[in-house]
This record gives sequence, structure tokens and C-alpha cells, in this order.
Amino acid sequence: MSDYNFAYLDEQTKRMIRRALLKAIAVPGYQVPFASREMPMPYGWGTGGVQVTASTLVPEDVLKVIDQGADDTTNAVSIRRFFEVTAGVETTTEVPVATLIQTRHRVPETPLTEGQIIVYQVPIPEPLRFLEPRETETRKMHSLGEYGLMHVKLYEDIARHGEIATTYAYPARVSSGYVMDPSPIPKFDNPKLDHSPAIQLFGAGREQRIYALPPWTSVQSLDFEDHPFDPSRADGECALCGSKDSYLDEVITDDAGGRMFICSDTDYCARRSEGAA
Amino acid sequence: MNPILEVSGITRRYGDRIGCADISFDLYPGEVMGIVGESGSGKSTLLNCLAGELIPDAGRILFDSRAEGVCDLLDLSEMQRRVLSRIELAFVHQNPRDGLRMGVSAGGNVGERLMGVGQRHYGNIREQALSWLERVEIPADRIDDRPSQFSGGMQQRLQIARNLVTSPRLVFMDEPTGGLDVSVQARLLDLLRGLVREMGLSAIVVTHDLAVVRLLADRILVMKSGQVVESGLTDQVLDDPHHPYTQLLVASVLQA
Repeated sequence: MSDYNFAYLDEQTKRMIRRALLKAIAVPGYQVPFASREMPMPYGWGTGGVQVTASTLVPEDVLKVIDQGADDTTNAVSIRRFFEVTAGVETTTEVPVATLIQTRHRVPETPLTEGQIIVYQVPIPEPLRFLEPRETETRKMHSLGEYGLMHVKLYEDIARHGEIATTYAYPARVSSGYVMDPSPIPKFDNPKLDHSPAIQLFGAGREQRIYALPPWTSVQSLDFEDHPFDPSRADGECALCGSKDSYLDEVITDDAGGRMFICSDTDYCARRSEGAA
Repeated sequence: MNPILEVSGITRRYGDRIGCADISFDLYPGEVMGIVGESGSGKSTLLNCLAGELIPDAGRILFDSRAEGVCDLLDLSEMQRRVLSRIELAFVHQNPRDGLRMGVSAGGNVGERLMGVGQRHYGNIREQALSWLERVEIPADRIDDRPSQFSGGMQQRLQIARNLVTSPRLVFMDEPTGGLDVSVQARLLDLLRGLVREMGLSAIVVTHDLAVVRLLADRILVMKSGQVVESGLTDQVLDDPHHPYTQLLVASVLQA
């Protein structure tokens, strides 16, 4: 048992964040401002996601934390430890067992199910930020549904590279009409957001914004009629489990140009390897 | 024929100072109206009020829109006004930097309005951008270059293409030839004259250059200290000015 309040944050803060979450669920894709707190980690390391997780966590939850698909990298290990210490909840690496998943930059390969909550860490919640720097103007553009500029960016991609060269944080339109930044997940993962049975929550700590997708929400990646959305992946198969349809990481193995592709989702890869063995 | 724009009693103050006071006029389809006057005479204030960039303190601006019929531009919601200004209105700024996205290629600049009104076919957008670049005499192989790589005259022509691509009914121009050298000015005026005739555009052109109004405008308003001091057919006003200020203006033109 620890001296921390359950899940680190005080109850007033959790209530404030839960109010923001309810509003975000009610208006899918809309960025709700919230009073982001200082967390015992630097901005950019998932302070938004951690606050959302802390506010949704209950003692019965089983928590899984992913960093770039992996359960064993710094960010995942430390955030998992953080909640083990401050909330004393059970943790896991297995998607089907987890009730709450906090993730950075990936959506698990294993399909999510109804009743699960997935929390995304978001560095920049505003999809229009690099096209229109004024926050006052981007808010107006959201409220008026003026998203022509988003397509100008995709147009520029095609004109310069022959195809849409945006490969992560690929903008998507939610059924409510809002265009959202799905956080820096590879565009390979965008289709998994669409009609997902899980509740999807997005927290941006530094930018003080929360947005959300209720279960079974339509999420369509933006594209052109003659350049349709393509959820691309590296052409190859996982060297460990042999998967031909998971998202792959390229790993350099020596100084002589040796390399291999392995699944970015370690839980998916490990359970496939076990099943095969 | 109904006027496309009926302006009545437009007044805009800056604190105690007057920007423009009680200005009324009608503009008919296909007509080009010139507004002349010295710096500080209120012509840009008036233009910005008409184009929705400034909110006048009093007055009405009735616009005969293609989509909604006659409507008062000042009564529209911001959303309606923005939609209207993307499709039926256009604004050509004096400085192309204000009217172009300097970090976006020429094709993207022309295509933005098309994408803004919902076009989602890359090939079609590019084709229209190409045909507009050709109309404003920008070589097709410059389509993927950014405006920052263009000369001043080319930037201004690109701005015109970007504005006219959705076939607006009414174009506002603020000193469209300002800052260009004379030979480039002449070609730009030629181009504008051709486009106005070809597309049946109505236009309001603000300028201090009498040669520009003589070439482009059918009618002119002469402004001084926020008031219209004289108005009428361009040739009539310029050849036989009545108001002392207009006489001064006409007499001040340098003869080459």
C-alpha cells in the first residue's frame, strides 16, 4: 500500500478530467480544454494519457501500457510501474485480458472488444496546427467545418511525391463532422479506429486538450477520389512470428547492413510465437 | 436588370475619426466600378466593409447571390458569409503575400478554393489549376513551384487565378497593380480586362492610379476625407471633372 491517493491524482482533479471526458464523448472529435496538471514526468512523455488513465482507472481494472507497440520499452515500463505503485492495480501485457490500455503511437493488432478503454498519448491534438498557426482561427475553422486546407496539404503531398506522403498522425473525419488528429499512430492503424467497439480517449497534457471517440463511431481517413487512402506497411513478414499482416519495425542487427523486420506489437508477436510453438 | 450590389449608407468610424461616411451606390452585373482618391480618403475602408473584412457601423449591403438570391451581407451568419465569399466573392489584395499561401505550391493555391467547396478529385483539381495558370500566363511547368519563387507580377497573376477559379460574381480589388513596374502593369491590366469581359464579372477596383481606372472601370467614385465627392461615367469624370478635388487629381497626373 502506498501513501498516494488512488492513481496519484487527487479526487477533485479526477472529477475535473472526467467532466472533460464526458463532454468529449458527447461530441466525438471535439477538443475539450482541461486544466492539465503537472505530472512526475516531462511533457511529451505521456502526461495527457497518464492523467486520462488516472481518472478512468478503478481498482478492478487490469492495465496494459504500450510504447510504440512494445510493452518493454522505457515509456511503457515506467508508466506501468507508476500505476502499480500509485494505484496498486493489476497489470498485464495481453490485450484480451486488459480492461484499460494506455498507448503511445500504436493501436494493438489484436482487435479490441466492447468494455475496453484505450487511452492515446497525444503530443499535438490540432490537425490544422501546421497549416494555420493561429489557435483562434483553427477553432473557427472547426466550428464552421472549413477543412479545405487539410486537403491542400494532401494535394501538396501528391504534387511533390506522387502519393499522399503523410504516414502518421493521418487526419481523419469523425461522424460528427470534426476532423481529428488520431495521435502519431501510423496510418496503418487508422482503420482500427473506425467502428471500434472500445471507448477511445485522447489526452494531450502539454496542450491541455482531451478528445474522444465513443464505441462504434465512424472514423474516415481523408483522401482524394483518385488517390484513395492506403494503410501502407513495410513489405515483408515478421522474422520472429512470421506474420504477414502486422505492422513491422525494421531492426538493424550489425554494422554490415544486416537487418530484420519484426512485429512492432510485442504482445501480438509473442502470443503468435507461443501458439506456433 | 437588377443590380448585383446595392450599397446604402455605409459608415465606418475609427473612434472619433471617420473612415467613410454614408456611402451609397449600385453596381450592375458586368460593370466595373473604380474608387479613386488619395491615401487616407477612405477607399480601402469602404472596400473592406464591402468585402466583409471590416464591419461597418451603419448601412446595408444587398448582394444578389446565385445561391440565395438577394441577401444583406451584414445580416448573414459568419458561416454563410464565409461560404459566399469562397464561391461568389473574391478579393485581390494589393500585396500578393496577403492573398496567397506562400508555403503552398501554385497549384495548391489555385486548388484551395475548389477543395474548400468540396472537390475531392486530385486529377480534376490539377486540371483546373493548369488551365487557370495558362489563362493568367504562368507556364505550366511552374505549377509545383511556390509563390515565393515567383516574380511580383507572376504572384499577382497567381492571386487572380486563385480568386477566379470558382467563377465568382463579384471581385474586389485593392490596388491590383500597385508595386509593379509599368510594362508588367500593362499586361496585368490587359489580362484583367479580358477576364472581366469574358467571364462577365462585376468588379470594384480601388486605386489611386487614374490610368488604371480609365482602362478598367465603367464608372468611378471619387473619394475625399471619407466622402464621395464626385461620381459618374469614367471618361466623363476624368475628362470634365467638376469637383475641385477631382480637378486637382486629374491635373496631378504626370504626362509622359
